[in-house]
Amino acid sequence: MRYVPRLMQPLESVSGRYGPYGGRYVAETLMPALDELTRAYEESQRDPAFQAELDSLLHHYAGRETPTYFAARLSEEVGTRVWLKREDLCHTGAHKVNNTIGQILLARRMHKTRIIAETGAGQHGVATATACALMGLPCEVFMGAEDVRRQAPNVQRMELLGAKVHSVTSGSATLKDAMNEALRDWVTNVRTTHYCVGSVAGPHPYPMIVRDFQAVIGRESRVQMLDQAGKLPDAVVACVGGGSNAMGIFAGFIDDEAVRLIGVEAAGDGIATGHHAAPLCAGGVGVLHGAKSYVLQTEDGQIVEAHSISAGLDYPGVGPEHAWLKDTGRATYTAVTDDAALDAFQQLCRTEGIIPALETSHAFAHLPTLAKELGLDADILVCLSGRGDKDLETVIEKLEERG
Amino acid sequence: MGRIADAFENARKENRAALVIYLCAGDPDLNATVELVVAAADSGADVIELGVPFSDPTADGPAIQRAAERSLRGGTTLAKVLETVRVIRGRTDVPILLFGYYNPILAYGEQKLVDDAAESGADGFLVVNLPPEESAGLRGPAVESGLDFVPLVAPTSDPHRIKQAGEMATSFIYYVSMTGVTGSTATDLASASKRASALQRELGRPLAIGFGVKTKADVAAVSPHADGVVVGSAVVQAIEAAASTDEAVAAVRALVSELTGGLGRQ
Ligand SMILES: Cc1ncc(COP(=O)(O)O)c(C=O)c1O
Repeated sequence: MRYVPRLMQPLESVSGRYGPYGGRYVAETLMPALDELTRAYEESQRDPAFQAELDSLLHHYAGRETPTYFAARLSEEVGTRVWLKREDLCHTGAHKVNNTIGQILLARRMHKTRIIAETGAGQHGVATATACALMGLPCEVFMGAEDVRRQAPNVQRMELLGAKVHSVTSGSATLKDAMNEALRDWVTNVRTTHYCVGSVAGPHPYPMIVRDFQAVIGRESRVQMLDQAGKLPDAVVACVGGGSNAMGIFAGFIDDEAVRLIGVEAAGDGIATGHHAAPLCAGGVGVLHGAKSYVLQTEDGQIVEAHSISAGLDYPGVGPEHAWLKDTGRATYTAVTDDAALDAFQQLCRTEGIIPALETSHAFAHLPTLAKELGLDADILVCLSGRGDKDLETVIEKLEERG
Repeated sequence: MGRIADAFENARKENRAALVIYLCAGDPDLNATVELVVAAADSGADVIELGVPFSDPTADGPAIQRAAERSLRGGTTLAKVLETVRVIRGRTDVPILLFGYYNPILAYGEQKLVDDAAESGADGFLVVNLPPEESAGLRGPAVESGLDFVPLVAPTSDPHRIKQAGEMATSFIYYVSMTGVTGSTATDLASASKRASALQRELGRPLAIGFGVKTKADVAAVSPHADGVVVGSAVVQAIEAAASTDEAVAAVRALVSELTGGLGRQ
């Protein structure tokens, strides 16, 4: 049996609830498929052959374990000790592949013959297309037209990997609308198709399954910190879009009550402008894409479009477990602007020779504030969720605008 | 018995299926909605499903998505839909089922919605993304106030879920004819109807078949077997194609009258 943190063992696997959050707010047509997925997942957890195949693929194919690296020059600039969990070194360049390999194995177990996914930054789409190529399964990815534009390299990667990319033009033409379209496809083709959800969002059991597949980040980095730093970190920091890299790394430390868990959302142009993607910091409780959680919405319960420079964070919802961690105080959430993320992006390039994803840059942008709070003698572990090659065009355009 | 159950019972006595017509409230505007509901009722609709628009209608195809977008751009809210129901009640007694997604309901407040809906003259709720497991907060107060809560059964529902829907139904059960979104083309309405017919007997409740029913011929394929038939996207498209409210009213009159021609059971 794998290590399952204490806080994560309650009746969640039955009810899919995290306090009042989570659940299954979907069309009746999909309910049996969610039951089927829950059963398949639970069986897979008890099946040593499944776990062995997953571990082997994560190791030999995806390149795990990933290093935890002490960032000396960044530490000096920031004014505290900073450690990086290098998910950018995973095959495909982000943490997303931890989840897609697991879900594709589940899909095969359920004898599904077709895979669909939504994607924002395109990292989850690439990771899904990759896992599908590996298993010889056809793959279709839904992506907002705006994201197709700003993450073009990932569209090309998906196509090379044999996936069909559907450009979604409804609504804000971003991640939310891609997920709407994926759900419409799933409700139509549910008998043959597995919907590979890319974050800890969506109806139960997705938030649980995706967290558990991403928990490898936290498991590894906890051991690595004890080994390399000789102690647990004082704080763990991750960016939060849907919340999967954050949930994955938090999972390793959730029972260590002295370790602060900090999620960083996208403040876009600034929370006060209303143009942001920070439902935990500035949203209310609502139901979107199958789960109850924090969402950006009007007084009348219409979902509001999110705004972020980062396609992977440009989403008005967030995984339900984060909502519960926020309410219980076990984790805290903050938000940083597009501009702050751009500065942090450049800083990591300059100080460490690492080009991070724009999503990830949000986590780094919080470090100066946190370092001031914790002082020189602290260890901060940051989830370096992905690499930034896909973002070069956006970054260069923005930097030119700034002059 | 509520107005909706009465409507099904009347249709049964007339040896025909009940015709349920879907309209998106506020498309093209709420004043037009009043006229369109009255026109549909006058032309033979037995029950109106009044759609409450939502920004992210994941169970709807393009036609109803566009209708919801038009309606929201015009400023439709759940509160305004209830006001509209009140106005409609001055004109017709046709049963009105509020049809939509959960988040606007959650934002309004479930108990408050039930109170205000009952007061406005609405007859019940059908919430697409509120399966039995999540529905207690709305269903409880609704049933207590004498409003209907209409459960759905899908082609994928297993016997346990079908039984659960049967136990929850206070008037009819909505039977989704196929896996898909609204507005899709049904490939096999005949066998869906036969399945519905078997379920009606088993559950002792009327079933209405929706999704993919567009024409008089579709209605005629369903009517011999099912107690009710729902037409939505075809109505919404007729309204979309009209150049004015008057034209839309005329189009709805014509379409609903034609559809009633398919309801008989010989
Ligand atoms: C590198 C990277 N980090 C973070 C995210 C945000 O997702 P999540 O919050 O689920 O980790 C994305 C999403 O595309 C991503 O590509």
